Amino acid sequence: MRMEDVNILLVDDEREFTATLAERMELRGLTVRCVYSGEEALKEIAADKPDVVVMDVMMPGLKGLDILRHIKATNPEIQVILLTGQAGTRDGMEGMKLGAFDYLLKPLELDALLGKIAEAAAIGGKA
Amino acid sequence: MFGDAIKRQLSGLGGSDAVVPPGMYRTLRRKITALMLLTAAIPLAIMAWLNYHEYQKALSREIQNPLRVIVNKSKNSFELFLAERTSAVGFIAQAYSFKELADEKDLARILKILQTEYVGFVDIGLINDKGELVNYVGPYNLKGHNYAEQTWFNQVRIKGRYISDVFMGFRKFPHVIVAVRHSLDSGESFIVRATLDTHQFDKIISSMGLEPGSDAFLLNRAGILQTDSQRFGKVLDQFSLPMPPPASEAAVLQQQDGEGNDVFFAYAYFPDSDFVLAAIKPKAQMLRTWYTVRGDLVFIFGAGVLAVFLASYKITDQLLRRMREAEEARELALRQVEHSQKLSSIGRLAAGVAHEINNPLAVINEKTGLMRDLIGLRDDFPDKERFLLLIDSVLKTVMRCRDITRRMLGFARRLDVTLEEININDVITETSGFLNQEALHRKIDLTLDLDADVTGIVSDRGQLQQVFLNILNNALAAVPDGGHIAIRTVGDAEGVSVIVRDDGCGMSKDTMACIFEPFFTTKKTKGTGLGLSITYGIVKRLGGEIGVESELDKGTAFTLRFPKHPKHEA
Repeated sequence: MRMEDVNILLVDDEREFTATLAERMELRGLTVRCVYSGEEALKEIAADKPDVVVMDVMMPGLKGLDILRHIKATNPEIQVILLTGQAGTRDGMEGMKLGAFDYLLKPLELDALLGKIAEAAAIGGKA
Repeated sequence: MFGDAIKRQLSGLGGSDAVVPPGMYRTLRRKITALMLLTAAIPLAIMAWLNYHEYQKALSREIQNPLRVIVNKSKNSFELFLAERTSAVGFIAQAYSFKELADEKDLARILKILQTEYVGFVDIGLINDKGELVNYVGPYNLKGHNYAEQTWFNQVRIKGRYISDVFMGFRKFPHVIVAVRHSLDSGESFIVRATLDTHQFDKIISSMGLEPGSDAFLLNRAGILQTDSQRFGKVLDQFSLPMPPPASEAAVLQQQDGEGNDVFFAYAYFPDSDFVLAAIKPKAQMLRTWYTVRGDLVFIFGAGVLAVFLASYKITDQLLRRMREAEEARELALRQVEHSQKLSSIGRLAAGVAHEINNPLAVINEKTGLMRDLIGLRDDFPDKERFLLLIDSVLKTVMRCRDITRRMLGFARRLDVTLEEININDVITETSGFLNQEALHRKIDLTLDLDADVTGIVSDRGQLQQVFLNILNNALAAVPDGGHIAIRTVGDAEGVSVIVRDDGCGMSKDTMACIFEPFFTTKKTKGTGLGLSITYGIVKRLGGEIGVESELDKGTAFTLRFPKHPKHEA
């Protein structure tokens, strides 16, 4: 599976960040959907199962880790990359324990994120 | 009452949660010392006092006995002397008839024999039933004198014999009269009366062998001196002390003489005559040995009290030192908690700020990234190169901000106390990063010489960061602008050594001796004096060692050593 075919879901309440990141990824030919809350993310996952979810840990409402738990319980093949503003805090470590593929610190370098997505997709059997 | 006093004193020793002010220690020291002194010295004093009195009592008995014996013996001598004279006179009265005794020549011969055989006879006389002096040989001219009205005459007629008190006789010598009655078968009687001089009394007294200062003399029951006394007057003077109670055996009284001196007053009443033998010995003289003993006792007591005082002072000293140390340790622990609480709040604040900043930073990052993407895609964009340079500059700045927030987060993370495998080089790099800005500003050369072979150690990252931060902060404070600070790590099989060397102002030996003590600071108002003591505490808790070498105006080197595994965990 080529990078272009990987179904990516971006979840972050910071709209400016999410939208811009999605646009940059689309510019690179990737298929990206954006949602701005945990609740929306669950709906979107149910509607169209993504290959990789890139998700902020800290959100109002449903938290990143809650969604991660839900995903791993219902669709364990979906790979989750967590984003966090707090380096090395318990959230990131906790996420790894819950089965997240990896976690990245904000602000992030796009190339690093794309690399992680490629790796995650490979594990999921897509790339 | 005494118990209350002790309780009151002890109440000062009770623990309280308040920090003990320094003046309190002085009061406490005085109280404890006084209390210990009291509890130890009182039994000592009681013992010394009992000893003193028991010994004095025993000694008095020891002293009184010989005195009593000598008085008894001398009394016997007196009695023997008088009995001999009386029986001699009695013998004459029995052996010679009235007629023979009435003959002047015969009586003179008898007196002569008497004076030869018995010392002390002065005269002899014969008195008939009617009290008339029928015959007399002696220095007085008494012949014809009638004694019928005299008391002694009646007494001798009733009792058969009579010994008079001493009186001043011829030539002003003291004399005693001895009279014996002889009853004839016809019912008539006569009396032989002789006078003795009391020179013999003095002889008996001097034979008692009393020491100088002591006095012995004869009294009659009315308290009239019968012999000369050294201290109580001449013969026939009134004795100045009250007469002792009558006793058949010799007795000893302890009383004061007329001048207020303590004396032993030994005396014996004569059963057959009016005499009382008395001996007076000053107590001070007899107790001379006692005074030596008392001196020893006083010395031992004094030495004992001194020893108790020194011991109690020393113990109190140690006790108070321990208390003070405990108090200081507690205070230090409190300050440390306070300090780490302060750090904790700063840490939480920093974490919050970092998080809040990271999100907008991420937006800037993505927006700028998108700008670069879009400009990159357009070949005809005017000034494309310039814009790309500007965008890169913005992106670099974003990354710089990110580094800052990550360091702040790292600082916050330090507060989670956990042991993990750590590469000390990373910790040092991270920590020194905090101070790069200041070093740069002051043109201080901060170099890291990190041994790539350093193995991981099990330790607490946050605590290590605080250790290095404290030491580096001190180094920065010590070096002048443009100075040098070098951090070197050396790894080996057992652990890691870290040497932090600066070429700053250095320290004197006195300062060096105190730097790990809490509240010691050379920074005057700027420092808390806790940094290095906390550092020391952390290093020890992590099982490490910390040492310092310094030379005034040359610089300082801190050497830290951390084991691969801490022996005792924090």
